[in-house]
Order: sequence, then C-alpha cells, then structure tokens
Amino acid sequence: MARSTLRAVAALAGAALALGAASASAETLRLLTWGGYAPDDVVAMFEKETGHKVEVTLSNNEEMIAKLRATGGGGFDLAQPSQDRIAGAQAEFGIYKPLDLSRIDAAQFIPSMLEATKRNTTVDGKVYGVPHVWGTSGLVVNKAKAPGVKDYLDLCDPALKGRVSYRLKRPTLIAFAFAMGEDPFAAYADPDAYKAILDKVEKKLVECKANVKTYWSGGDEILNLLRSGEVWAAMAWDTGGWKLNAENPDITFVAPASGALGWIDTFALPKRGRADDAAYAWINFVMRPEIAARITASAGNFTASKGADAFADPALKARFQASFPPEAIDNIKWYPPVPAGLEAMEGAVLDRVKAAQ
Amino acid sequence: MSRPAGRLTLILLLAPLLLWLTLLIVIPHAAMLFVSLRERVGVGEYAFGLGNYLTFLAEPLYWNTFVRTAWMSVLATALTLLIGFPVAWHIAKIARGRARQALFLACLAPFWASELVRTYGWMILLRESGVFSAVLQWAGLAEGPVEMLYNDVAIMVGLVYTSMLFMVVPLVTTLDSLDDSLIEAAYDLGASGWTILREIVIPHARPGIASGCIVVFMMSLGNYLTPILLGGKSSLWFTGLIYDQFITRFNWEQGAAFGFLLLGLSSAIVWAGLRLSGQSLRSAMARP
Repeated sequence: MARSTLRAVAALAGAALALGAASASAETLRLLTWGGYAPDDVVAMFEKETGHKVEVTLSNNEEMIAKLRATGGGGFDLAQPSQDRIAGAQAEFGIYKPLDLSRIDAAQFIPSMLEATKRNTTVDGKVYGVPHVWGTSGLVVNKAKAPGVKDYLDLCDPALKGRVSYRLKRPTLIAFAFAMGEDPFAAYADPDAYKAILDKVEKKLVECKANVKTYWSGGDEILNLLRSGEVWAAMAWDTGGWKLNAENPDITFVAPASGALGWIDTFALPKRGRADDAAYAWINFVMRPEIAARITASAGNFTASKGADAFADPALKARFQASFPPEAIDNIKWYPPVPAGLEAMEGAVLDRVKAAQ
Repeated sequence: MSRPAGRLTLILLLAPLLLWLTLLIVIPHAAMLFVSLRERVGVGEYAFGLGNYLTFLAEPLYWNTFVRTAWMSVLATALTLLIGFPVAWHIAKIARGRARQALFLACLAPFWASELVRTYGWMILLRESGVFSAVLQWAGLAEGPVEMLYNDVAIMVGLVYTSMLFMVVPLVTTLDSLDDSLIEAAYDLGASGWTILREIVIPHARPGIASGCIVVFMMSLGNYLTPILLGGKSSLWFTGLIYDQFITRFNWEQGAAFGFLLLGLSSAIVWAGLRLSGQSLRSAMARP
C-alpha cells in the first residue's frame, strides 16, 4: 500500500517535471482566423510536431480589426486579415507589429504573390503581412432558373424580381462600380472621384432593390437561400458556389464579365502577441505543400504555397478551371490597400441604400 | 458591537455592490462618453467636440431610424400587453393547482433555449420554403410558396414572442394580490364586466402594467438579433446602426454617441410614458 502510494507520487512528480520542461519552450498560439483555415487534423499535427498548443478563434475582417483595436493589439498571437485591410488599420490604430522576414521560409511561397502582399502591407518601410489563402468573389448562379446572369448588373434584371441576394458591404459597391465601367481602385487616392463613383453605384443599388430578397450577412445563410431555390443568383464567394455545385450541378460560381474580385488573406502579428515563436512556426508549418493542400481541402480555397497544387483534390481543380478560363484569371481585380477613412464614406452610402424604399 | 466595527461591516457588505456598479457600469459609461465626444480629424488624430451628436441630428436617416425603432417598440409593448393580460389573468385568477403551474411553465419553457435558437425557429416557420408556407399550400389556401420572412410583421412577431414572459410575470404577481371579494362585491352591486375591468382590475394592476411595459419596451428597443435576422431589406433598427458603426465602419466615436443617444432618448420616452399614465418609477418598481 505504502509502496504503491510512493510510486504514484514519484510518477506524478516525474510527470510534473516533464510538463514543466515542455512548457518552457512550448507556447500557446492564439490564432484569430477564418473558418476552415485551421482544420483539426492540421492543428493536431502541428501540436505533435512542435509541442506548441493552438487555440483557434474564428472571425472575419471587420471583427478582427475591431477585436484587436479594443485590446490595442492584444489577446491574440497571430491574425489573418485580408491583405488590403492591413495598411489602413495599421496606420490608424497601430494594432500589428512588423514581421521578421528572416524567420519565414520564403521559398515555400509563390514568389509573385509573396511580393505583391509584402508591397501592399508595407507601412513606413516595414512589412506587416505575408500571404496565406486566396480566392475571389463573384456570382453564384442557379443556371436552370437564371441562365442569363453573366455580370453583376444582370442581378438587376426585372425577370429576377425577389430572387437575388448580395451583401450590403464594400465588395458589393466595388463590384457594381466595375460593372458600370468605372475603376474604383484607381480612385482610392482621390476622395472626390471616389465619391462620384459611389453616388452612381448608390443610385443603381437603390433601383435594384426590388430584385433583392434579402441582404445576406453570413456564408451559411446565402448557401441555404441558394440551396432551397429561394434565391437564384447572388454575389458570393467562389468556394460557396463550388460547394453547392457538388450538391446540385445547376448551381455554380461564375466569374463575372467585369472581373471577379480577388482577395488574399494573410498572416499578421498582433502588436501585443506573446507567442511569436509559435506564430512563425505555424506560418512555416502550414505553408508546406502537403499541409497547404489539407487547408485547401478544408477551406475550399487555394493557398500561396508553392507546389501545393500537386496535392489538391482533382474535383476542386476541375471546378476552378470551369469557373476560371485563363482570360478570367487575368481579369481578376485584386484589392489594393484601403486608405484609412474610406469606410466611413462607403458606410453612409450603404446606410442610405438600406433605408431607401 | 462598537460603532467603527459596525461601519466596517456596512462597508464590507456594500463592497460587492459598489465594485459592481463602479467597475461594470460607471467606468465603462464614462469611457464611452469620452469616446463619443472625440471627433476624428485625420489618420490617428482626434479632437474634442460634439460633432458625433450633431451628425445624428443633421442626417435624417439616423433620426428616422431612431423614431422607427421607438415606434415599433411601443407597438410591440402594446401588443404584448394586449396578449399578455388575458394570459396573466387566467393564470392568476382562473387556473388552480397543477393547471396553474403547467401554464406558468408553458410561458417559461421557450426561455430554456437561447434567443438565437428561438429566432431561428421563427425563420424556419416563416420562410418561403418553411413550415407555414407548406401548410398553406397543402390546405389549398395558397397557390405557390408564400414568403412571410424579411418584413416588419415578422420583426413584430419575434419581438412579442421574445418579451411575453417579461409582461406576464409582473402582471401575475399584481393580479394575484387583488382580493377576489372586491370583484364579487362589484358584481353584487350590478357592475358589468367591462366596468369592473376599468374601475377595479386595471387600477389595481397598474404598477404591474407599468413595470412590465418598461421592461418590454427597453428590451425591444435594445434588441439586436430579432430585427436583424427577421427583418427585411429595408428594416433598419437603431442597435444595428450602432453595431455597424463599431464593427464595420471602425467609427467607435459615432457608435458611442449613438449609444448615449439611445440611452437618453429611451429614458425620456419611459419618463414621458410614466407621466402620461400618472405613475412614478417608484410605484412601478416597488411592487414587483
């Protein structure tokens, strides 16, 4: 009896020692990311290989900035905002710290994408973001019900009354501006020119309102509306369209004639993050081609990892190629960095569209 | 016990309450007030001023949204009272024993699920491919699918459903304390049912009506989920505006100003309501 107690105590002490030793180098990585970007199997592999723990919090661009702003860049060790939303937020709120590029294995990235992201996330000569997952938004169309929808403005076709949905957010404003023949990105630096474009778009969106069933706000919400046939054409993300295509061949993603809008989600370090070692380890880990392919399988979007294509699911590749013939890829409009303060101007327009009868 | 010791006991007993009030109510409100009085001048630059409050007055959209929200909340409160009063009367005066408990439980049961789940429940019932639409088509009352979601009526249904319990509970407690013999005496003296309701029941239940109405009105006005999820493409709600300013516009200054305006204006409406009905806040809150 006494002997066994002693043995148990010794075992406990040993375990405590081992735990103490492990925690000296192991950190907890608090990751602020999007759904699908940190699948359970990848997290488990990472924890096993490095000993670091990962805590995942799911969010979106606006919430990420709001959360980090509330804490002055604390509470998380690694965040994944889109590349266009870093420079403005950094200039205004100072919520990130510069990346130490020597700790990131640049050879694992597609070079053009890495360079473009670094350029767009540079503030005062320091780089704040490197690319991870990229994709586009465009149109998800039920071809059996609305075969004529080829561009954003086709959503306003009177034949689709009450069968259309899009978000009341800035991508919609940008998309309609492109479809109306404007170049909103070129006008980013000129508030007056941008205002003129927004006024045109506002008029169009108010006219188009009769066609809208509801302004969707969550990814699952729009998928359900399309799946049930309540909505026939919507502005949405490519992955949503491909997911529905697997269930119902009539529904798929269409790259709009005026160009799909391309986004790249990045890695950025919150200013008061405490686990930089784990954060850099995570970046280098998930950019390995075979791991990146797992994330593609889970999120549905491709990554900036070089060579991950070889591991990707052929069905997903086929859907991508069907939606994006080569000329449509060249026509993708990549978001440039949003200047600070632009959102307030867009917000007033969105409020007025929502209030219009 | 000596005097200083008595005072110490008092301080210790009050400490949790005071800590709660200061840390969770006074300090956050003061910080929010400070934020609302800041104006953004340029990138990362701020100046002190009332600009955010003036924006509310200058932009008819914000002003109209507040009026709309307040008006719909008043309507929701009135409807809840209209539906809740007979229910409370039945529970307090007519049902007895097990039936009474069962009825009370029936009012309580929906609150075991969260508000989000209840709202999604209504979405499943009201949507075009939903339950009501299917039943109407099956019964031959509708030709094709009927859309009942995404409009103001759906918001109203959701608000009334969400607030029902908070109207019924105070009404049941006040009606419980009404002596049945008063009603019997009134009948003996030849009063009609309507007269009894007007002269005896409602005056007695007034504190319960007032406290129920205040709670329901404030809950509807401050509701976020129900109007956002059930409302249509044109249904703005004031709390939605505050959320947008904070989260999607990064304009905390404007959002904080809206928050204080909501607090001030809704308090003014409650005060006006109490004055009009000849009540004071004390009498409404004294008898729960």
